[in-house]
Amino acid sequence: MALTGLEIYKQLPKKNCGECGVPTCLAFAMALASGKAALDTCPHVTAAAREALDSASAPPIKAIKFGNGSVMGDENVLFRHDKTFYHPTTLLIRVSDALSDDELSQKLEEIKGLEFDRVGLHYSLDGVAVVNESGDAARFEKVAGIVAANTEKSLLLLSSDPTALKAALVPLASRKPLIGEATEENYEAIVNLAKENSVPVIIKAEGLDALNDLVVKAQALDYKEFVLDAGSRNPVETLANLTQFRRLSIKKKFRPFGYPVIAYTSKTEPLDEIMEASVYVSKYASAVVINTSAKAHVLPLMTLRQNLYTDPQKPIQVEPVLHSVGDVNENSPFYITTNFSLTYYSVEGEVEASKIPSYILPIDTDGTSVLTAYAAGKFEPEKIVDAMNKSGIADKITNKTVIIPGYVAVISGKLAELSGFKVVVGPRESSGILSFTKTL
Amino acid sequence: MSVALVKERYTSKVGEVVLGATSEQGGTRTSTVSVGGDSTLPFLHFEGQMQNRPVIAMEVNDTVPEWNEAIKSQFGDVLGNPGAWAKKCVDEFGADLIYLKLNGADPEGVNRSPEDCTRIVKEVLAAVGVPLIVVGCDDDEKNNEIMAAIAEAATGENLLLGLAEQDNYKSIAAAAMVHKHTLIARSPLDINICKQLNILINEMGLPLSKIVIDPMIGGLGFGIEYAYSIMERARLGALANDKMLSMPMICTVGYESNRCKEANASAEEFPGWGDLKDRGVLWEAMTASAMLQVGASILVMRNPAAVRLVQKNIADLMNK
Repeated sequence: MALTGLEIYKQLPKKNCGECGVPTCLAFAMALASGKAALDTCPHVTAAAREALDSASAPPIKAIKFGNGSVMGDENVLFRHDKTFYHPTTLLIRVSDALSDDELSQKLEEIKGLEFDRVGLHYSLDGVAVVNESGDAARFEKVAGIVAANTEKSLLLLSSDPTALKAALVPLASRKPLIGEATEENYEAIVNLAKENSVPVIIKAEGLDALNDLVVKAQALDYKEFVLDAGSRNPVETLANLTQFRRLSIKKKFRPFGYPVIAYTSKTEPLDEIMEASVYVSKYASAVVINTSAKAHVLPLMTLRQNLYTDPQKPIQVEPVLHSVGDVNENSPFYITTNFSLTYYSVEGEVEASKIPSYILPIDTDGTSVLTAYAAGKFEPEKIVDAMNKSGIADKITNKTVIIPGYVAVISGKLAELSGFKVVVGPRESSGILSFTKTL
Repeated sequence: MSVALVKERYTSKVGEVVLGATSEQGGTRTSTVSVGGDSTLPFLHFEGQMQNRPVIAMEVNDTVPEWNEAIKSQFGDVLGNPGAWAKKCVDEFGADLIYLKLNGADPEGVNRSPEDCTRIVKEVLAAVGVPLIVVGCDDDEKNNEIMAAIAEAATGENLLLGLAEQDNYKSIAAAAMVHKHTLIARSPLDINICKQLNILINEMGLPLSKIVIDPMIGGLGFGIEYAYSIMERARLGALANDKMLSMPMICTVGYESNRCKEANASAEEFPGWGDLKDRGVLWEAMTASAMLQVGASILVMRNPAAVRLVQKNIADLMNK
């Protein structure tokens, strides 16, 4: 939460010297509050005031970057309807260094396949968590190296043994992996290792109280690139902890918890595990480590993540150009709808199910649904004809017939007149398309 | 140093609704099901009571459904027999409730008579002891006809009847009121219409404790985020003492998730999406999981394998 002008004013020298270019300190404070000025232009501000103002203006949850473009944290709200969630949960697949070389290469092969295309969007897995379970520092280093060589994705190196962690990290430092875990026993060694290599580090303790103590001690090492883990490994406790992290950092500006948080699944059955992970994706985990890497398991989870991290104010849109479904010909039906992704893909799905090759032209309605678009004057006959002309549909089909959504039956006459096409009123809902096509 | 936890103080809670009626209560159910009553956001046991565990209603149709084989094959030979189908859902799959959808009433389909529909409701009531949810087909006029007959024939059973909608609620609300049933009020992903409809029904004389909200949801990947936020807002509204948003919510998870291409397309068609079996199960189960996180009290589900996953998920989250 940003400070108000008056709160900032209290920290300023109140000399009204005008050297910052603004006549009074109060005016300067107002400019600072609205982001139109920088504190650096004030030559008289004290170090204490500077620190107070800097920390007050810092985001409630620090953004932590690692690996290949992964960003965690930097969220501002508890509920997506309050504004939006910004940084989708980083999903990492766990790879144990206790796997045999064969199992390892099989796992890496599976991980490579975790790229998905659906409804015009591309989903990619974020990274791999290499976990030291072998108890052997050399094996951990070797497996981390193999994983790194086989994927360009972000890496998490996880060991409680500082020696093993160092051995694995040093050759891979340029990949900027996230490392962990710094615990009560080893935090000095591991936080310093992270600091020396400029990589973020997971701070782990059992429970929020112990974690608070440990974060304070770790911060005293003059390093703040942290990701937090309160140690819980079951759904209900983890949900409670994740909720507290988010509330304390955002509502209370509780600085020790102003970092991203990581959660781990505990279920052994892959489907149960994905259900568990879905709780953490919904409720506040900045990163989740899962075991299963089967496409059929990861796709639903990535879909949920994508859905919840869309901006509620910015609907997803499809390109408003002529789309063809199936092997179209000059007799194909021609549908129009809007470019709101959900509307379009609902129509496309039903048209596809009809097994009749068809054209669909989404009209650019700024991503609104049919009724909303029509009410806002964005689904007018003039505009539709314009889009039809641009699409060249008249040269593609000989039947010269356009199928419009049932909700806008009222535009039929005007549209027919302007386009010269025969206008057929389709069903109101896309779910009616299948039975509608039987009447064509 | 101990951390002072942030516990919200809510001024109210979600209303509690009882479904079904035992013989002492004028019905024939062997037990009733209570939903709602929660005084916290979902599963945050540190700040309030999750009065009643969310429940699963399994979908039964009066006609053989056009579902994908991966789901149908789990039911064996009961799909043509609503009573046997319902019994299997309860006995084998642990359904808390049965959601009987009378698709066959549709004048464009089988066009069952009100008497025929009533007979099927009676059959299902006889086959299972759990409370029943009964909804009609896609034809408003026909629904009003059959629901009046069903409500009367099942007087005292405290069925959960659906669907009352903004432009068609009077007839079914009256039937529920006269014959002592509970009502589903459905609004199309719109919190204002949701409130408005509850007000209208309440003004007719049906108490708020006899209404369940169906906010309409989208399946995973197809608008689930809209339902997610609307339900989260409604839940917060209920906790902040907005009585017209305080009813428990029912979500048609099975129907919406299984309309999605991802729940039906084979791996041959879409090799990039992995095997259909687990994908289809998760598509439905994860739709349910997201709705649970924003306050669903009744999940209407279809795929027995998904039901099993969600039952475990609920048990985990109710484990204080």
